[in-house]
Amino acid sequence: MIEFLAASIRIATPILLAALGGILSERAGVFAVGLEGMMLVGAFGATIGTWASDSAYAGLVLALVGGAAMGLVVSVVAVRFRADNMVTGLAANIVALGLTSYLMRIIASSGAPIAIHNTLLPVLPIPGLVDIPEIGPLLFAHPPLTYLTLILCIALTFLLNRTQIGLTLRATGENPEVVYASGLNPLLVRMLAVIACGAVAGLGGAVLSMQQVGTFTDSMTSGRGYLALAALIVGRWTPWGAAAACLVFGAAEAFELRLQGFGVPVSSYVVQMVPYLIGLAVLAGLGRNSRMPAAIGLPLHRDR
Amino acid sequence: MPPLLEMLGIVRTFGAVRANDNINLTVQSGEILGLLGENGSGKSTLMKVLYGMLPPDSGDIRFRDAPLDAKSPFDAIKAGIAMIHQHFMLVEAMTVTENILLGWPGGGQVLKHKQMAEHIRQASRRFGLDLDPDARISALSLGRRQRVEILKAILRDAELLILDEPTSNLAPTEVRELLDIMRRLRSEGKGIVFISHKLPEVLDVCDRVVVLRAGKLAGEAAVASISREQLAEMMVGRNVPMPRVTEGEHRRGALRLSVRGLSATGLSAITFDLRGGEILGIAGVDGNGQLELAEALAGLRPVTDGIVLIGDHDATQASVTARVEMGLAYLPADRSHTALVKAMTVFDNLMLRDSRRPPYGTRALLTPKTGVARARDLMAQYDIRAPGVDFVVGQLSGGNQQKVVIARELSRAPTAVVAHQATWGLDPGATRFVLDQMIALRQQGAAIVYISSELEEILSISDRIAVMAGGAIAGVTPNRNVDLRQIGLWMSGRHA
Repeated sequence: MIEFLAASIRIATPILLAALGGILSERAGVFAVGLEGMMLVGAFGATIGTWASDSAYAGLVLALVGGAAMGLVVSVVAVRFRADNMVTGLAANIVALGLTSYLMRIIASSGAPIAIHNTLLPVLPIPGLVDIPEIGPLLFAHPPLTYLTLILCIALTFLLNRTQIGLTLRATGENPEVVYASGLNPLLVRMLAVIACGAVAGLGGAVLSMQQVGTFTDSMTSGRGYLALAALIVGRWTPWGAAAACLVFGAAEAFELRLQGFGVPVSSYVVQMVPYLIGLAVLAGLGRNSRMPAAIGLPLHRDR
Repeated sequence: MPPLLEMLGIVRTFGAVRANDNINLTVQSGEILGLLGENGSGKSTLMKVLYGMLPPDSGDIRFRDAPLDAKSPFDAIKAGIAMIHQHFMLVEAMTVTENILLGWPGGGQVLKHKQMAEHIRQASRRFGLDLDPDARISALSLGRRQRVEILKAILRDAELLILDEPTSNLAPTEVRELLDIMRRLRSEGKGIVFISHKLPEVLDVCDRVVVLRAGKLAGEAAVASISREQLAEMMVGRNVPMPRVTEGEHRRGALRLSVRGLSATGLSAITFDLRGGEILGIAGVDGNGQLELAEALAGLRPVTDGIVLIGDHDATQASVTARVEMGLAYLPADRSHTALVKAMTVFDNLMLRDSRRPPYGTRALLTPKTGVARARDLMAQYDIRAPGVDFVVGQLSGGNQQKVVIARELSRAPTAVVAHQATWGLDPGATRFVLDQMIALRQQGAAIVYISSELEEILSISDRIAVMAGGAIAGVTPNRNVDLRQIGLWMSGRHA
C-alpha cells in the first residue's frame, strides 16, 4: 500500500510542477497548451546541463532557462502578437519535440556517447520525520525536487492570494482592461506569467530526466503536459486543487502499472484514458464556469 | 479661493471637425457642475482632454492651483481626478476589497486585506455607500458597482470626480441614492462633474450647468435661475417638446397582438389585447419582468404557459423567424449584443433578419446589387449618419446605431412591434426621432408594445399604459387624465 502511494506521488510530481506553471499562465489569461513542450525542453536542458558540467545545479538552471525560453516564445507569439493560444501552444509543443530530438542527434554525432546516463538525484530522507512508522517513509523520503514541488505549491498559493503580484496576475486573467486602468501593464503581466510558467514546467521536465529516468529520450514527456493541463482545470485553477488532481492521476497510473504486473486483462490504453476522461467530465460539468478566468484566451486590446 | 479646476480656451480638432472650440470650464471645490449636450456635442472630448486621454490642440488646464498636463489617465489620477466610466473598471470575480487593492499605490507587496476592509467600511459609512468589503462584484447590482468605483476614487484621494452618464443603468431608487451620495461628496468638499442627458436629475442635484453644442460653449447658468425648457433649448438650439398622441385621430384596426396568461421564467400570467393603431406603453422599474416579456414576445425566451397570437396566427411556440414572417418587429434593449453585430457593416446589419427575402437575397443567394441600393435608401430615409453602407456599425454613435436597428425592423412594415428601452442612451434629438417613428407606425396601423422605464416617454406616446411589477402587470389605465400617484403605487408593487 505504502509502495502504491509512494508511486502515486512519484508520478504526480512532474505533472504537478507543470500544472503549477500552467496555473500562472492561465490565471493571467493565457491557455497553457504549451506545457508539454516546456516540460520537454526542461527535461532536455536538465539532462544536457548535468551531463556537460557534471553538476546537478547546472542541469536545474538549464531546465529553468530552457522552459522559460519556450515560455518566452509562446508569450511573444500569443500575447504580444495576439495569436490564438491553442494554435500557438500546439505549435510550440511540436517545435519542442523536433528541436530536442534533433539536438540529441547532433550531440550524439559529435563523438559523445550515444546514451547519456546521469546519476539520479538522491533521495533525501528528512531526519527524525522519516522514522515515523508508515507515513514517514511515504512522506519524508523523497528526492529534492519533490520537496521543492510542495514548497512551490505553498508559495504559489500565497503569491496568488496574498500579494500585489498575485492580485494583478489574477485581475489580468479576469479583466485586463481594469489592470490597464489601474496604471499597470497587462501585456507585461501576461508575458512574464507565461515565461514563469515555462520555467516551472521546465522544472517538471527536470524531475522526469533527473529524478526518475537519468537521461533524455525523444518525446519522453509523452503527454504529461496535457495531463497537467487537465489537472489544473480539474483543480479549478488552484495549486492545492491541481495537487489533488495530480495525485488522483498519479494513483490511476500507479494502479495501471500494478494491473499490468498482475496480468489483469485490462488494456493499459483504457487505463491511460482515465485521467483524461475525468478531465473531460469535469470540463463538461464546468462549462465556461465563473471559476475559469473570464478573459482567458482573449487577446489584449490593440491599443493597450 | 481659486477654483479647483480651470479649463481655459480648450481647442481640439479631429481633421476638419472642431470637437472642442475654445471651451472654458471651471469647477469649485464643493460644487456639482452639470455638463450637458447632445451626443457629439463635445462633452466626451472635453473630458478626455482633461483626463489625459487626448492631448488638446491648445488651451490651458489648471487643477488645485497648479498647471495640469496629464499625458495619460494615470497622470490625472495621480493629480486627484477620477473618472467613473459608464462601463465599470472592476473585476467581477473579485471582492470589493480586492478590487480596491488592485494597483493600490504603496502598501508593499503583501496584501493587507483586513486593514483595507476596515478603510472601506469607514469610508462606506461616511459617504453613505452601504458597501460590504467582502462582497463579490458579480453579486452586486449595477448601482452598487458604481459605488465601488466612487469608493475607489475617494480612497485614492480624488478631489474631482467625473461621472459620465452615471444614472443611465440605474433603477429610480438607485438614482435617488446616487444623487444623495453626490450631495454627501459635495458637502465633504469634493468637486463633481456630472454628465447627463436627463434634465430632471441635473436640475435636482447640480449647482451650475455648462451646456455644449456642436463643440462650442452654448451656455452656462446657475441651476436656480434656469427652467427645464430653457435648458433643453440650450442643448439642441431649438425647442424639442415631447410629441403627444391624441385619441380619436384615427380609427382602431383589427386585433394584431393578443397575449393570454403568458408565463415564463420571471414572468407570470401576462394578458393584454392590442389593436392596430394602438400603442401600449409598459412602464415600471427596470428588472420587473420587462426584459422577460419582450423576449417572450419576440420568441427568445421559452414560454411555460399561456398563448401569444400575432394577427390570426398562434405564435406561442413559433420561432423568431416565423414571428418575423407573421409581421412582428423587435427592438431589443440590448442594442449592441442582441440587435446588432457591431463588427459588421451598416449594410450587413440592415439585411441581418431579411437576407433571405428580396431585395437582399433569395432563399439561397444574396443579391448585393439590389440589397445595397435598398440599404442606401434606408440610410437616407432613417437619417443614419455614416460615411457609407460599408461602415462598421460599432463605430457609429449610439443614436445612429439605434437608427440602423429601427430602419431594419420598421422598414419591413410590421403589423406588430415590441420596443424595449428604444431610447436608451440617446440624446433628446435622437429620442424624439424614435418616438416620432413609433407614432408614424401607429398611424399606419401597427400595434406597438412600448416598454420603457422612462415614464415621460410612456405618457407621451401611449394610448394605454400598463405598469409591470414583480413580473406581472400591476395595473392598466387609459392614457387620459392619468393618476401619477396610482402609477407610482403600481410600480412599487402595491395593488391599491
